[in-house]
Amino acid sequence: MNIHAIRAIYRFEMSRTRRTLLQSVVSPVISTSLYFVVFGAAIGSRMTAVNGVSYGAFIVPGLIMLSLLTQSISNASFGIYFPKFVGTIYEILSAPVSSIEIVAGYVGAAASKSIILGLIILATARLFVSFQIEHPLWMLAFLVLTALTFSLFGFIIGIWADNFEKLQLVPLLVVTPLTFLGGSFYSIHMLPPFWQKVTLFNPVVYLISGFRWSFYGASDVGVEISMGMTLVFLALCLAIVWWIFRTGYRLKA
Amino acid sequence: MQPIISVRQLSKTYASGFHALKQIDLEIRQGEIFALLGPNGAGKTTLISIICGIVNPSEGSVLADGHDVVRDYRAARAKIGLVPQELTTDAFETVWNTVSFSRGLFGKSANPAHIEKVLKDLSLWSKKDSKIITLSGGMKRRVMIAKALSHEPQILFLDEPTAGVDVELRRDMWAMVRALRATGVTIILTTHYIEEAEEMADRIGVIHKGELILVEDKAELMNKLGRKQLTLHLQTPLANIPAALSDYALELSADGKALVYTFDAQGERTGIDVLLRRLGEAGIDFKDLQTSQSSLEDIFVSLVRERA
Repeated sequence: MNIHAIRAIYRFEMSRTRRTLLQSVVSPVISTSLYFVVFGAAIGSRMTAVNGVSYGAFIVPGLIMLSLLTQSISNASFGIYFPKFVGTIYEILSAPVSSIEIVAGYVGAAASKSIILGLIILATARLFVSFQIEHPLWMLAFLVLTALTFSLFGFIIGIWADNFEKLQLVPLLVVTPLTFLGGSFYSIHMLPPFWQKVTLFNPVVYLISGFRWSFYGASDVGVEISMGMTLVFLALCLAIVWWIFRTGYRLKA
Repeated sequence: MQPIISVRQLSKTYASGFHALKQIDLEIRQGEIFALLGPNGAGKTTLISIICGIVNPSEGSVLADGHDVVRDYRAARAKIGLVPQELTTDAFETVWNTVSFSRGLFGKSANPAHIEKVLKDLSLWSKKDSKIITLSGGMKRRVMIAKALSHEPQILFLDEPTAGVDVELRRDMWAMVRALRATGVTIILTTHYIEEAEEMADRIGVIHKGELILVEDKAELMNKLGRKQLTLHLQTPLANIPAALSDYALELSADGKALVYTFDAQGERTGIDVLLRRLGEAGIDFKDLQTSQSSLEDIFVSLVRERA
């Protein structure tokens, strides 16, 4: 195991975050605060409680998940796309590092960033609404696993993309709609029965539901199912990444 | 002695169907400077890329210091430093960070003293905290060399190291290459400047259209280079070479109008003066004379043309 290489990649990526602090950390915090101002304070005060939780508190897990998903993807996809774009990938490819080490460095850094960000948003939310976390360990488990899974997913997008447009395509056209429709701002029980069934095909529903359960003990789907689905997505992303490195897809001629 | 790199029956066909390399066999000796010479698109970079692990070979194998570059890539790559042709750098990083990053990537524990030495040797020390984007092209080239040397490689690849480089940096670079060789590092460089190969290399390989068409000691090539030809254009055509001149290695052209004398320009006595005197004595007049030297360039061009 080339620990030095993992550390080098990880630190390199984290220093990129520090360099772009405003973009990486401050702007998601600001946009999340705006959500709270609009949905939590302005509109939320006119909404009834959901499952006995005030609307402002109800959306906290959903908002954290929203940032976690989009930031994990954008961090990881950009992290691996950029060296490909400018050509510095040659060094990674010619270094004595295995694919596992490359993934550990890039995905580890991307996931760390979004976990830190999730915790910052959690703290920010505390300024606007009061809430409790009933199952902190589950909360952390969902936070870490989701960050990992979607960083892997972002890594895959970053390798697949051969231009900046493609890099943005999946996050904008797939992930954002799925997250908004995945129950960030509502319980799926509020939907008509037909759409309740359809929505179960949206993977994000399981992530948000499980995460919200860890806060308030109430969920749209069972927490075991949520955790199970999260692990399935993780395994799926790992399998695709393994395939990419085995075949050299979009990395080597 | 066991070669530091041995390439066996190496072929590469790209997905487009382009045969970049055709069954290359090549052995690089430990501690030598080997120049790989060839026109653009000959396959130089592909060959290097395969050895360094950036391109997968289609057929054949490569051993670097006894380690297969595919199966045993960790051990092989840890020995190799690569300076690619393109200036690709992390624009927003500082020189120090990017060079330290390379060392870590190649599995070496941090060693600020070594990084400091590399940066000083390459006159980069004053720029260590500068962002790479602020550096000139020549400085960026130095940064890329520093990155390749950061993990103390035993084998160094320089792909077109002097393309677009000014005289000063070129001189520095050659000094550095020689200093590295003195510490036992094997250096493989590609170039299409023949003078560069002539000046630097111990051995020269010529690659053309994916085939290695010549590998020779530079000294031997220089020997060929040292051959000069004197051509005498005669007033009156000769039927054959006069017996009085038979002890000279003379050739008569087919039309009998020119005598060609091949001699060693580096020799103490070239024999030209005596030959000319003897010609006069034999009553052979000439109206013009010329001497020509077969340069490496000529050899190269004729080799390449032969294959075309």
